[in-house]
Amino acid sequence: MPENYYIRYLPLVLHLVAALLIALPVLVLTTLIGRRKKFAQKMQAYECGITPTGDTRGRFSVKFYLVGMLFILFDVEAVFLYPWAIILKELKMFGFWEMLVYIGVVLVGFFYIVKKGAIDWGETARVSVENV
Amino acid sequence: MELVLFWVFAAICIGGAINLLAQKHPINSALSLVVVMASLAVEYLLLGAEFVAAVQVIIYAGAIMVLFIFVIMLLNAGEEPHGGKTSLVAKLVGLPALGILAVMLVWALTAQAGGSVAVAGAEPGPPQVIARLLFNDFLLPFEVTSVLVLIAIMGAVVLAAPLQPHHAAKILAAQAGEGGQS
Amino acid sequence: MTPNEISYSHILPEVVLSVFGMLIMLAEPMLGERASRKPLGYLAFFGTLAAGAATLYQAQYPGFAFWHMVHVDAFSTFFHLLVIGVAAVVILSSLDYVEEETVHAGEYYGLVLLGAVGMCLMSSAVELVLIFVALEISSIATYVLTGIRRKNAAGAESALKYFLLGSFATAFFLFGVAMMYGATGSTDIPNIALTLAKGSIPGLVYVGMALMFVGLGFKIASAPFHVWTPDVYEGAPAPIVGFMSTAPKAAVFAVMLRIILQTGAPGWLYLIWGSAALSMTLGNLGALLQTNVKRMLAYSSIAQAGYILVAFTAAPQEATSAVMFYMLCYAAMNVGAFAVITFYSGKDERRVHLEDFAGLGATNPLLALTLTIFLLSLIGIPLTGGFLAKFYVFQVALKANMVWLTIIGVLNSAVAAYYYLRLVVAMYMKPAPEGAVRVAAPLPMKIALLAAAALTLYLGIVPTGVLSYTTEAAAQLLTAPAVKVVTGQ
Repeated sequence: MPENYYIRYLPLVLHLVAALLIALPVLVLTTLIGRRKKFAQKMQAYECGITPTGDTRGRFSVKFYLVGMLFILFDVEAVFLYPWAIILKELKMFGFWEMLVYIGVVLVGFFYIVKKGAIDWGETARVSVENV
Repeated sequence: MELVLFWVFAAICIGGAINLLAQKHPINSALSLVVVMASLAVEYLLLGAEFVAAVQVIIYAGAIMVLFIFVIMLLNAGEEPHGGKTSLVAKLVGLPALGILAVMLVWALTAQAGGSVAVAGAEPGPPQVIARLLFNDFLLPFEVTSVLVLIAIMGAVVLAAPLQPHHAAKILAAQAGEGGQS
Repeated sequence: MTPNEISYSHILPEVVLSVFGMLIMLAEPMLGERASRKPLGYLAFFGTLAAGAATLYQAQYPGFAFWHMVHVDAFSTFFHLLVIGVAAVVILSSLDYVEEETVHAGEYYGLVLLGAVGMCLMSSAVELVLIFVALEISSIATYVLTGIRRKNAAGAESALKYFLLGSFATAFFLFGVAMMYGATGSTDIPNIALTLAKGSIPGLVYVGMALMFVGLGFKIASAPFHVWTPDVYEGAPAPIVGFMSTAPKAAVFAVMLRIILQTGAPGWLYLIWGSAALSMTLGNLGALLQTNVKRMLAYSSIAQAGYILVAFTAAPQEATSAVMFYMLCYAAMNVGAFAVITFYSGKDERRVHLEDFAGLGATNPLLALTLTIFLLSLIGIPLTGGFLAKFYVFQVALKANMVWLTIIGVLNSAVAAYYYLRLVVAMYMKPAPEGAVRVAAPLPMKIALLAAAALTLYLGIVPTGVLSYTTEAAAQLLTAPAVKVVTGQ
């Protein structure tokens, strides 16, 4: 490890300390000196003055999950690009080709999901069996 | 100073993990998991593995946690009913096994500390070191990961994608047929 | 050929399988929504043939490649051919099945091919990180394939169970790899062997081996990590059970042989002894109680994994050879048995109970005959591969003075005969139910069945060729050179 390794992260620690110094007293003080009155209107979800109907926690469509899943996959792919970019100059063309193969393979997957309509949010084409 | 920080964050990490198991509401458990992931990232940083720490935050504390929350909202999972019977087998076999594993690990790790083994490339370093290893020595595992991504993409589509209209119709027809027969 | 370079011939079968898998992924969404997916099935079958040819080509260039990541030798060639052959038979036997049972027929073929990439890679990898990635590929592909029948609730349930427990097991394996790295400073198997041979064994090695064994033991469904097997095999599509009870198991056994025997790591003998005895006993006793044929074969596969584990207790070279031979026989008979079930179970797999097989000998002689061959081989009746495989395993175990383990094994084989024969009796001695119609199997299914049956009989009657090959492969595995230079720094 380089000599000044920990010092480099001092700002991060200071940031953490500052955040705690502001957040903690606020939390502690409000619980200590704040008065609590509970009544029906106050406990309602705030909907710009309109009386809320139903539960705040509705069920989400499975499509969100699919998008989240695909996001992670391409996120993982992107993570490999960071170390690659650092030493690209060292690797020269060799590095270019190895990443080209990788991206090429993953691109097949991208083509597949686009063609398959997995990220198609249009009303027209798809019916979800989950609803029936 | 580093050592103090290490123990502090180790304690936060383990505390978060225990809280994760103890919480009744899945959202609270998921938030405890964020604490675990973030404190692990700090531990990596303290050990000098900057890249791993960054990846830990981006992938785990970021993307994976979002997915967890998605799934919880997807299922609209509420508070778990508690007081279910714990399996007797789990108590009789599981807990002693856990104890044995813990003792084994502590024994093995403390014994290891004495007789140190020279570890090639074990000194965690800047991202360049990881990059050089990843794109030379570990080129094949890296490339093979792309196949893993392809399988995961197909898996996501197969298991979670909304079905095409005529497929949905086919399944509905099959279900109707089943209902008629029984 | 220096080890520190890219060599496409050393991963040629994997490349071929990946390319065909990707072609299927590209073609699947291009086909019309209502179009038959059979052409993709034939493309996948052709891909396995090409990969088989690539394996034979690859066998001419043995040695390390990719910075000591893979080692091509007779051992890896054997398991490549085994995995690819299983994939080919499974694809042939499921051409009609997937068309009927799932709306994701294209993905089915793609997942089988890409999963086979991981299994092939496991058999030639000599580096724990690569083995882990390959294990993940093979596992995730099988998790998805298990749940591919979306309209089937049992399928979804079994996929979820398999996925949760499977990921847990993989985590154990990874933890073990980390311990091994901590103990020896390397994840390269030949290098670990060198370090272990040099000096005193640190305690971490024992912990690492035990944790890795937990992870791998789950994948081969050996007791006490077998609890998932009956439920998952019952819910998964029949051809996929044929696939995942053979190909990934073969790959994991290859990994176990490499990790245990090539590193010469100590401490695993008692683990394997216990696991083998438990697997055989629990598997066979469990199978006795089943009336669902898929569940029965699930318990039987637990028991069979136990027999294979018995071989591990023998002297290294004989152990390797016996495991390879047993695995080949087991793959042929199990994939064949599930091919019969694939065809016979019919729509939604309704006919999977023992009584459903009554009178099969009269209504469908070909299916009954081939299933009988596979069942007799699973029992271990002479003239079938199963007999010689069991005989070989028990013989090498006895040579290593594993008397008690052998006794447990032989007793178990006798118990096992009961439930296998019950199915044979049902097929030939019981009258067919009213209205049973004779349905001829389509040609690809016939080819798949006959290939599996022919291999089962061939291994039982003229095993010498295969046996001398496995002996040679075992010798190569145990004398692999060990050098590794880290170039990254």
